[in-house]
Amino acid sequence: MAKQLHVQVVAVEERIWSGDAEMLVARTTEGEIGILPGHAPLLGLLKEPSQVRVKLNGSDQLTYDVTGGFLSVDANGVTVLAESATPASTADAH
Amino acid sequence: MAGQVQALRRRIRTVRSTKKIAKAQELVATSRIAKAQERVAASQPYAEAITQVLTALASNASVDNPLLQPRSRVRRAGVLLVTSDRGLAGAYNANAIRTCEQLIARLRADGKDVALYIVGRKGVGYYKFRNRPIETSWTGFSERPTFEDARKIGDSLLDAFVAGADDTDTSHGPDGIQGVDELHIVSTQFKSLMTQSPQARFLAPMQVEDKEREPGLRPAYEFEPEAEELLDALLPKYLNTRIYAALLESAASESASRRRAMKSASDNADDLLKRYTREMNSARQAAITQEISEIVGGVEALSSAGSDV
Repeated sequence: MAKQLHVQVVAVEERIWSGDAEMLVARTTEGEIGILPGHAPLLGLLKEPSQVRVKLNGSDQLTYDVTGGFLSVDANGVTVLAESATPASTADAH
Repeated sequence: MAGQVQALRRRIRTVRSTKKIAKAQELVATSRIAKAQERVAASQPYAEAITQVLTALASNASVDNPLLQPRSRVRRAGVLLVTSDRGLAGAYNANAIRTCEQLIARLRADGKDVALYIVGRKGVGYYKFRNRPIETSWTGFSERPTFEDARKIGDSLLDAFVAGADDTDTSHGPDGIQGVDELHIVSTQFKSLMTQSPQARFLAPMQVEDKEREPGLRPAYEFEPEAEELLDALLPKYLNTRIYAALLESAASESASRRRAMKSASDNADDLLKRYTREMNSARQAAITQEISEIVGGVEALSSAGSDV
């Protein structure tokens, strides 16, 4: 079993989701970024508006529409901080 | 005598309906405290994470953001006061306003002008009644503040703060807007169900609450985009988060304060009811006793008159 990435998706008003995943994909102002377990510490501002995809084990993935967001990667995992984050409808998840 | 009984009966009815109102308010406030506390708890993860991120950022980036730099000359200070929209909350509003007044007096003593920003109808009413100028006010959400509300407040405070940068002693600077050079917030801290204390705090220029630094253990972060740009984007968010936290805590304090006030009001109503009921009963009894003695007296007078015949 590969190492797991600990992911937290936190909005201002509540914690949206937290758990282990294989990979997190987000789009910062510089471009798309994929984060795997053991990624170097990083702070990134997310593009406005953007989607954050959390790839769970297997083929499942969670997609969130995020506004006013940024992400922080440190030794403990990834934290996505957003002013608002709502689960995206599966139809337009790419 | 009968009139007195009537009057007491009316008093009792009044007290009873007052008690019903107080009791209902108490119950509503009780359920609101729980909800407000949940919301405070739910906002914690974000607040903690953003503080952590900013600490990391501030220690990596060269700190020269205008939001972090104290101004050399402070001409005008902005004060944000958080009060409630509705009354019946005991000393909640009075305490917050008093703390605000103390802060204003202190700022004035330092030779600073004061611009007032007010949340909540009660605070607005207080300053309107005294004809004191209010810069901006927001009402209608004191019991259920959302982040959207906090952002509106944060945006206009930030605008004022930025506009204050080019003000001089005599003019409002090239932008023609009179801004502020520092920001304070007066809100009520929720310590426990029994204790809430109003508090004046510094909002800007910001001090990122630095946790204990552990030298050598700080990870070297990569930044996307550059650290300075990131700081520019994150500091306003941090400001909004601080305001949001203050609004949430004040909402919880308001409900707790209201619950306590309404509890003592309905307890007092109980005491009054007991006293008035006793008084009414003794007045009624006195009236009956008097009637009986009048009847007995009458019968006696009649019978003594009859025996004479």
